Amino acid sequence: MAALVEAVGVRKSFGHTEVLKGVDLAVDRGEVVCLLGPSGAGKSTFLRCVNHLETIDAGRIWVDGVPVGFRQAHGKLYELREREVARQRRDIGMVFQRFNLFPHRTALENVTEGPVRVLGLDRAAARADAMALLDRVGLSDKALSYPRQLSGGQQQRVAIARALAMEPKLMLFDEPTSALDPELVGEVLDVMVGLARDGMTMIVVTHEIGFARSVADQVAFMVDGAVVETGPPSQVLDNPQQPRTQQFLAKVY
Amino acid sequence: MASDLEVVPLRHYGRWVSGVLILAVVVGIVLAFVDAQIIWEDVPEFFTHETMIRGLLNTIVLAVLAQVGAIALGVVIALMRISVNPVARWFAVGYIWLFRGLPVLLQILVWFNLALVFEHISIPMLFEEKTNVLITAFVAALLGLGLNESAYMAEIVRAGLTSVDSGQVEAAKSIGMTPALTLRRVVLPQAMRVIIPPTGNNFINMLKGTSMASVIGFLELIHAANNIASRNLEVMETLLAAAAWYMVLVSIASIGQHYLERAYGRAG
Repeated sequence: MAALVEAVGVRKSFGHTEVLKGVDLAVDRGEVVCLLGPSGAGKSTFLRCVNHLETIDAGRIWVDGVPVGFRQAHGKLYELREREVARQRRDIGMVFQRFNLFPHRTALENVTEGPVRVLGLDRAAARADAMALLDRVGLSDKALSYPRQLSGGQQQRVAIARALAMEPKLMLFDEPTSALDPELVGEVLDVMVGLARDGMTMIVVTHEIGFARSVADQVAFMVDGAVVETGPPSQVLDNPQQPRTQQFLAKVY
Repeated sequence: MASDLEVVPLRHYGRWVSGVLILAVVVGIVLAFVDAQIIWEDVPEFFTHETMIRGLLNTIVLAVLAQVGAIALGVVIALMRISVNPVARWFAVGYIWLFRGLPVLLQILVWFNLALVFEHISIPMLFEEKTNVLITAFVAALLGLGLNESAYMAEIVRAGLTSVDSGQVEAAKSIGMTPALTLRRVVLPQAMRVIIPPTGNNFINMLKGTSMASVIGFLELIHAANNIASRNLEVMETLLAAAAWYMVLVSIASIGQHYLERAYGRAG
């Protein structure tokens, strides 16, 4: 079976700075891939390319056989309108470093917003689903709270529920615990572990080596805009082959 | 040891002196007006005079329509101003430059006298009408006030839109929202917090700005006051009656603004 996500030769520049210099990555269905590497390596940029928050300059990313941001027809790739890209993004959930919950809506409304407004679900059904999701992330008692009334860890768990409400095939996590106080990291990682166990396909940009070791099926190590080493955590983390990987891990441990 | 000593509080003599002075000035002004040749008993009669009420209603209709139109236009111009399309951007810049740059009174006069330069206004194949018939005093005032205000609204809306964190737009995109839905459900509600206070301010200005329509003979409060005064020569009395109505309108608008701000204050 083909990989759920397949990136080939992805390049991206901001002005004159080339941030991605040909990224290759394949993620199978149900697989958890952790992107590790020093800051500035392009991990977050690559992740944002997967759901077309950034437009790539060269290369191609396929999600479930569909080229992201394009429509394939007559042997050509037609660039999609923003409205059509929005349709593609329904299947790809994303969790941000700084949560980005909608501050003017309650936790529950944050979760129902997508299903009701984007998928056109019946409000009552969406509410029931959302309550189940909030329960899953351990926050059913916070359904009516506004984001500002929640801790960082709680906000991030609501953000995960909001992404899950769209029933995505793929979840992208962009340093989901980096903005959290240390004592709140665990509650968010726990939710992610549960998600991985339930078979969700996940790409996680993280600095949590422990999480990568215990949850990831595959670790991809990025340096200077390219993936330099991939493999199971036991191989990449414990027996790295590339000098850059060895240096990085030596610093982190 | 020092605790049993008497404490002498600081005396603020200056405050007493300045307070008395201010009161004296206020009392003096009030007495002057009481003494002045104003027939105060007539003011309430003018306040509820039929012409005055018509002027009042016209003032309200003109101000509300001009403001509502200005808000709608302002949103469009603001979106053009931050658009990726350079033509749209430059159009918006020019629009704001022109309509904000010219005095409202001049704009009202230009619209009112449009027939001097365009005899007919037409949309080919669809519509044709004599300019004189189409541009009444009301329409001219509406265009003059509304277009000027729309330039200000465009800047206010732009400030509001750019105040919303870009992460909000990304979050909206990530759950598959289209640009239109993102604007309506995520960006605008949060921009409101920034947009409402200056808009309320501008609306209060608009209420008073409608008085300029009196110059082209539109029956708003000032024109109504002048109409009544032309019959009985009680110029100050009729103006005071109009002044009272302006204060009523402005007070109501201020209260409305307060509640609007509270309703939209929820956003973080």
